[in-house]
Amino acid sequence: MLSEGSSFMKGMALGGIFCLLLSLLGSFTPGMQSSPEDQHHHHHHIKAPTNDELQSLSEPQMLELSQKVRVYCVIMVQPKVLVYWATAKDTWGKHCDQAVFYSSESAKALEAVDLNEQDEWAKLHKALKHAYDNSGDLRWFFVARPTTFAIIENLKYLVLAKDPNEPFYIGHTMKSGELEYVEYESGIVLSYEALRRLVNVFKDGEKCPERGRSLWKLSEEKQLAMCLKYTGVFAENGEDTQGKGLFNSKSVGSLIEDGMSKNSLDVVEGCCSDLAITFSGMSPNQMQVMMFGVYRLRPYGHNFHDSLIFLPPEGSDND
Amino acid sequence: MTGPKNLESRTKHIRATWASRCNKILYMSSVETEFPTVGLNVTEGRDQLYWKTIRAFQYIYQHHRNDYDWVLKADDDTFVVIENLHYTLSKQDPEKPVYFGRRFRPFVHQGYMSGGAGYVLSKEAVRRFIEGFDMAKCTHFSIIEDMALGKCMETMGVEPGDSRDVKGRQTFHPYPPDKYLIKKPPRKRPWFLLYDYYKPREGPECCSDHTVSFHYIYNVQMYMLEYLTYNLRPYGYQYRYNPDSAETESESNTTTPVSA
Repeated sequence: MLSEGSSFMKGMALGGIFCLLLSLLGSFTPGMQSSPEDQHHHHHHIKAPTNDELQSLSEPQMLELSQKVRVYCVIMVQPKVLVYWATAKDTWGKHCDQAVFYSSESAKALEAVDLNEQDEWAKLHKALKHAYDNSGDLRWFFVARPTTFAIIENLKYLVLAKDPNEPFYIGHTMKSGELEYVEYESGIVLSYEALRRLVNVFKDGEKCPERGRSLWKLSEEKQLAMCLKYTGVFAENGEDTQGKGLFNSKSVGSLIEDGMSKNSLDVVEGCCSDLAITFSGMSPNQMQVMMFGVYRLRPYGHNFHDSLIFLPPEGSDND
Repeated sequence: MTGPKNLESRTKHIRATWASRCNKILYMSSVETEFPTVGLNVTEGRDQLYWKTIRAFQYIYQHHRNDYDWVLKADDDTFVVIENLHYTLSKQDPEKPVYFGRRFRPFVHQGYMSGGAGYVLSKEAVRRFIEGFDMAKCTHFSIIEDMALGKCMETMGVEPGDSRDVKGRQTFHPYPPDKYLIKKPPRKRPWFLLYDYYKPREGPECCSDHTVSFHYIYNVQMYMLEYLTYNLRPYGYQYRYNPDSAETESESNTTTPVSA
């Protein structure tokens, strides 16, 4: 009996060690531990509310919402590209309720939170933590680099009817194996709850290390997606009521060129959404032109009966 | 104004964008085609541009005399916002001899309108232009189309209008938007603003929200301007500029040129 028992015990021990090894190895792979949610994997989309949906809100509710959707912009800058920094500050940054610049190192010319950090993920990690701690009563967070151009009003419209106390992680989604993440270049939107959960999981150095493991170094956008996934927050694609993407990693010109080379019948219709939120890859001068094109140039007599009012920022001359 | 060589590369994109907003569009060329283009009795070439313009107006006067209140002449690399042109002209009388565009100062005493930025003649102005050539009061004395036409306007008593908006911002632009919009430190007038009749502005004050035209606009930029003007917009945004509001009406629009 005893010899059988001891073989059994040895077998159990061996098996146990083997399992432990396997699970340890498993935690080193960039693959995901499957959680109940992604057994039923759906492609998540977030659409801007339609006018019907908005009209179901009463006028006082709409006015309340216009003022309630407030955005904290986390703009990740570097001194070596000062001109983009200055341009973001002088253009779209003014339309954020609060725009805070986070830099890898301090620069005398422009004001920023000095993260004193070169590693991309560590920078993002620190910036998001700082944003969470300093958000005041702002409930939506937009993370971008200054090479991105954003139309914050359209971002507010997209998340208008969403509760920031629910987790949202929105942008242009991409897939890498099983991981769905939001592309950094076209901007990342986080609700307060998503950020709260993220800051919480930051405390877990295993699940969400501040510095990426050197063996399997993931880009910061994928690292973010992974950390969020641990907390049950999944990437969702931001699109308009026609399904056109609102977050673009290309410039308007580039997207139009794509349309022209495809010989589209209507190049402009096929290009981009009327309520696009971001474009990327434009020069600082092109961004100044965008301010004019977006906030000023328009045909007389074309009026929209929008359900919300966003006022122009104070002390600004290019919008 | 176009030619056979540019139909595919330029004029096609005008046809796909702003041309359909005109009450009527005519593509003037040296050759009649199914584009459709009107074949005028001219040859192609920059030195033939004024001849082409003269023949174009003669054609319009001959075939479409009663079809218009205003005639806009634009190039195949001009982007035009027709609604804003309508608005600029809405307070004007087409029976009066007047024309509008980007007013330039040199060569013609009363000034003349930039060809590239496009100019628009009242019905009466067109009639006088035709009469000028019929009576040999106007001649093809130069190949510089805009200046020469401007001289004819002066000869025939056609007044050059002020096309600026109620905030004094220009509506016709002989260059693309980036030429004017980029803020620059205060400086002496750059070369491309030297001809301006009214004191030009650089930076955001250069250009009206209800801009009528930009020039040197080619394919991609044509669609881009179309997208920015007619499609892309900031939801719910309360535009700063409202020309019809009571406040802006009280601001006067100076017409006296400031000495350069």
